[in-house]
Amino acid sequence: MEAVAQKIRETAAKLLSEGKVDCVIGYAQGTVPMRDYPYFAYTPEEAQNLTWSPFCCNNLANFLIRRPKGEIGKVAIVAQGCVSRSIVGLIKENQIAREDVYILGVPSPGMVDRRKVQDRFPLKTITEVTVDGEDLVVKGKDFEERIPQKEVRRDNCYTCVQRNPVIVDEMMGEEGPSDWGGNIDAVAAPWEKLEPGERWEAFIDEVDSCIRCYACRDACPLCYCHVCFVDEAMPQWCGKTQDEADVATFHILRAFHCAGRCTDCGACESACPQGIKVRRFTSKIEKDIRELYDYSPGMDLEATPPLSVYRPNDPQEFIK
Amino acid sequence: MADKILAKDKLGDFLGKLQADYEVYAPQEVEGKPQWAPVEESDKVLWDFSNTHTSPKDFFFPQTEIMMRFKNVQDHENGMVMEAEPPLANKRLLFNIRPCDAKAFQVLDLIFVQDEMTNDLFWKDKRDKTTLVGLACSDPCPSCFCTSMNCGPASTTGLDALVFDLGDKLLVRALTEKGEAVAEGLDDAAEADQAAAEEQTKAAEAQISSSVGMDKVNERSVMELYEAGMWDRVYENCLNCGTCTYVCPTCHCFDIQDETQGESGRRVRNWDNCMSWLFTMHGTGHNPRGAKKDRVRQRFMHKFKYIPVKRDGEIGCVGCGRCVLLCPVNIDVRRVVNDMNA
Repeated sequence: MEAVAQKIRETAAKLLSEGKVDCVIGYAQGTVPMRDYPYFAYTPEEAQNLTWSPFCCNNLANFLIRRPKGEIGKVAIVAQGCVSRSIVGLIKENQIAREDVYILGVPSPGMVDRRKVQDRFPLKTITEVTVDGEDLVVKGKDFEERIPQKEVRRDNCYTCVQRNPVIVDEMMGEEGPSDWGGNIDAVAAPWEKLEPGERWEAFIDEVDSCIRCYACRDACPLCYCHVCFVDEAMPQWCGKTQDEADVATFHILRAFHCAGRCTDCGACESACPQGIKVRRFTSKIEKDIRELYDYSPGMDLEATPPLSVYRPNDPQEFIK
Repeated sequence: MADKILAKDKLGDFLGKLQADYEVYAPQEVEGKPQWAPVEESDKVLWDFSNTHTSPKDFFFPQTEIMMRFKNVQDHENGMVMEAEPPLANKRLLFNIRPCDAKAFQVLDLIFVQDEMTNDLFWKDKRDKTTLVGLACSDPCPSCFCTSMNCGPASTTGLDALVFDLGDKLLVRALTEKGEAVAEGLDDAAEADQAAAEEQTKAAEAQISSSVGMDKVNERSVMELYEAGMWDRVYENCLNCGTCTYVCPTCHCFDIQDETQGESGRRVRNWDNCMSWLFTMHGTGHNPRGAKKDRVRQRFMHKFKYIPVKRDGEIGCVGCGRCVLLCPVNIDVRRVVNDMNA
């Protein structure tokens, strides 16, 4: 990955010094282990802070839309498969223009779930995690252990079907093999086994620890409503309390609002301070969209988003 | 009261006795994380942990708190009957609270309970009925910076008693009357035990690897800091989520709402956070903090400038490091304050 990081730095510095872009959005090394963070490089010197590692868990497409218009001009953005799919989605939803974004494509080997690493060392403080080939070297005050990365990747990185970017202006490394894909249907499988009552119980159990910080929403490039329904005040749609009804309302509506749009990038789960498996809530909806409309979000700039169009032959057996 | 000593294998008896008078809570392993829970078995009480995943502020300031219930009654002389929520029924004891979290409550006391007009009964009732028995830190984390924030691994502010873990025994130092009630009946500690506690504290202080400078922040005027160019970069990658504020032991903003259904309803106070789009949104539609930069700046200015100016140098941060560890985009408060101080 270091070779890719080096290529990102070089390319970013070149694009900035030649004035081809005003800003490069990538990742920089964080101040705590396993938390590399979204970074904005405006100068060739700042481009040297860019990195590429198994700890790049934010979806950078999010930063193409959450800025006042005209604040940054043309941007280059580091995009792996899922992020590039989000960019495609944002272009299709008229949130950004293709020509305003220069995509630095990276193949993603999958990102590390820091919680899975922490779970190997319950209650211990991890002071440093470095990458050594396919392994992580995890250090604490009185321990040092190697863990194969493939054992501690994020759930969505195991089921990922598109590791290579779908649209690219310049590749930052060799494309990965085309058979890299996982089984995306596996995400919804556990839910499908449950009866409706059990499913509700499992859902309530999962959101039980939610503190309503909305990090899941705010980390998501699909959630760009100027005013989110939970923030609507006149009239107020959703209660503000920790009561089950209010918490559940937020998660249910958020999931449905993502229908046919979620690229399963996992940014929501990575952002959640409580470790809630947020992707589970969208998984069955997305599977339905795949089965009913043969559509996977963000894979193709030309394909029409199924929930944005009406076709006389749309499946409608579910309308009772 | 002299320092006391308690053999660790007598902890069950000790806590059992306290449970006759108090509901006793302590950090325990819950779903793999250190979290606050009622003590049922004393051997589940954690000793080797950094700090609880989230802060214990909800013991005094619950995320959702019912303030009163009301009902429209046609034949009542006032037309509306309002019913207060009952105060806390039992005394509580938080055992093994970290000194930084206790310090946070002392800072919040200055805000919630100021004078006759600003006297938050909900906060005060729970504070008055709760005893805080601290656990001195012997092994601070790399993300801790308490010693820069008027606090430290064995800080006593806000605590009723402080416990030092000396391996097979605990040194118990009572600090208030409430603390003396807890330590009563224990044997006096030997000088060697006191010396061991001092040694441990010195070693812990030395282990705190990160520091934050506040000297220039204190010197500079509010407007100078407010207008500093650094804010143009700090907010760049902020998601404006509420993680930092909700895991913070000193963030205390709230939103009060009346919820009604038919003729009856309740008044509820919920945590609010300055990162939210809705925070300080006026009825006119104007928001004095309308942009992300304004909201991010507010959080840090409030903690490191407004509170110190208004509360005699107290800081709205205790250096617990929770936001450092949990911010989804690694906005590190240490870096921000050092930038404010640069």
